Amino acid sequence: MKKEINKSLNAPPSGAGGLIIIDYGAGNIKSIQFAFKRLGVEAILSKDPEEIKSADKLIFPGVGEASSAMKMLRESGLDTLIPNLKQPVLGICLGMQLMCNTTEEGNTKGLGIFDTDVVRFANDVKVPQMGWNVIKDLKSNLFKGIKENEYMYLVHSYYAKHCKATVATTDYGVNYASALQQDNFYGVQFHPEKSSTAGARILENFLAL
Amino acid sequence: MLTKRIIPCLDIKNGRTVKGVNFVDLRDAGDPVELAKQYAEVGADELVFLDIAATLEGRGTTLDMVLRVAEQVNIPFTVGGGISSVEHVDALLQCGADKVSVNSSAVKRPELVNELADKFGSQCVVVAIDAKQIDGHWKVHLAGGSIPTDIDLFEWAKEVEQRGAGEILFTSMDHDGTKAGFANKALAKLSAQLNIPIIASGGAGNVQHFIDTFKEGKSDAALAASVFHFGEIPIPELKKELEAHNIEVRI
Repeated sequence: MKKEINKSLNAPPSGAGGLIIIDYGAGNIKSIQFAFKRLGVEAILSKDPEEIKSADKLIFPGVGEASSAMKMLRESGLDTLIPNLKQPVLGICLGMQLMCNTTEEGNTKGLGIFDTDVVRFANDVKVPQMGWNVIKDLKSNLFKGIKENEYMYLVHSYYAKHCKATVATTDYGVNYASALQQDNFYGVQFHPEKSSTAGARILENFLAL
Repeated sequence: MLTKRIIPCLDIKNGRTVKGVNFVDLRDAGDPVELAKQYAEVGADELVFLDIAATLEGRGTTLDMVLRVAEQVNIPFTVGGGISSVEHVDALLQCGADKVSVNSSAVKRPELVNELADKFGSQCVVVAIDAKQIDGHWKVHLAGGSIPTDIDLFEWAKEVEQRGAGEILFTSMDHDGTKAGFANKALAKLSAQLNIPIIASGGAGNVQHFIDTFKEGKSDAALAASVFHFGEIPIPELKKELEAHNIEVRI
């Protein structure tokens, strides 16, 4: 099966199609690229609207601060492009948070793909949450072969509140949405690219969508 | 629940591991990438690479090593040693490091912590603090613990938290190398006064020391080198013991 995935996702020389990581200047993209490379799939970095539109699948990464990341998206026009994409899109960490309506971080308006808001953890827990925590109540084909209470690596100070798009939950002071899915849009708060073999399986599942 | 983390620390010089490493099934014990992969497989939660030479000339070699680790290792890792500029951190993160740790450079120029947190986010800024007790007071030391300062450990830790540090790596020079346990009283005080994660370092000698630093020291993570490198404490067994003592770990 892996072979088929590779075949369908290897970008032709034109750069069209394939797996694209949306490159808008937000953080640690290398790790995501390497995680796919370990699965035998080349992920291309691109900020070109035409290339992004013609990709088979897209990763929407994000590390850093929400308002400056949104500013970069607006400047490149990606803020209007992304919500209209039809192919599978996977937002990771801040990428997922920016796909929500709003985030408290820098009082930022997001892309409004997931009908929920992102708020800061209360001070009854250490912030950021940093390390391995479990994901449960798994409800997406993204989690095929992933057992309930599997450990994932998370680093974040803000969390998405539950909504009808919640497909995984995690407890850290509160119970919150650690993964979201709405139509072709997927979002994970954790870093599958850094979450050992279970994380790799989730990326593999995304490729197989 | 968020688990307690176990973090092996690798000392690096010119892109190679320096401290004696005694892993039977490694082809090249000096290769940080192979060692890192091995640790990831046996259940290490994170890795720290400390560039102990950290010369300007060696910077390219370290970047190359970071790139190779990021390429092959599927758990997060921190890089530290001789980091004093935004540009250097940018280069390390571009190569795939998840976090960087700063130490003496932050003491010399505390604004560095703000600059890094603003540009890259607190989540990738670890402030490492080496301290030892002088007349009963914990004082920050520089340059790998060799130069004493008059700075109070707890005040400094609070200051770097306010400046945007995402995590503190506290090494007790009084405990480092003793194998007699971590500095749990100071660690517990740090944990009570700060609202960011604290990594305990210095003093690991046996499994009980890890149990103690998580229970009494309230540490969020524990870092060690030789007990892991020489196979004195295998990580899978350590984690089983921690679990048996009701300490949440990833197994």
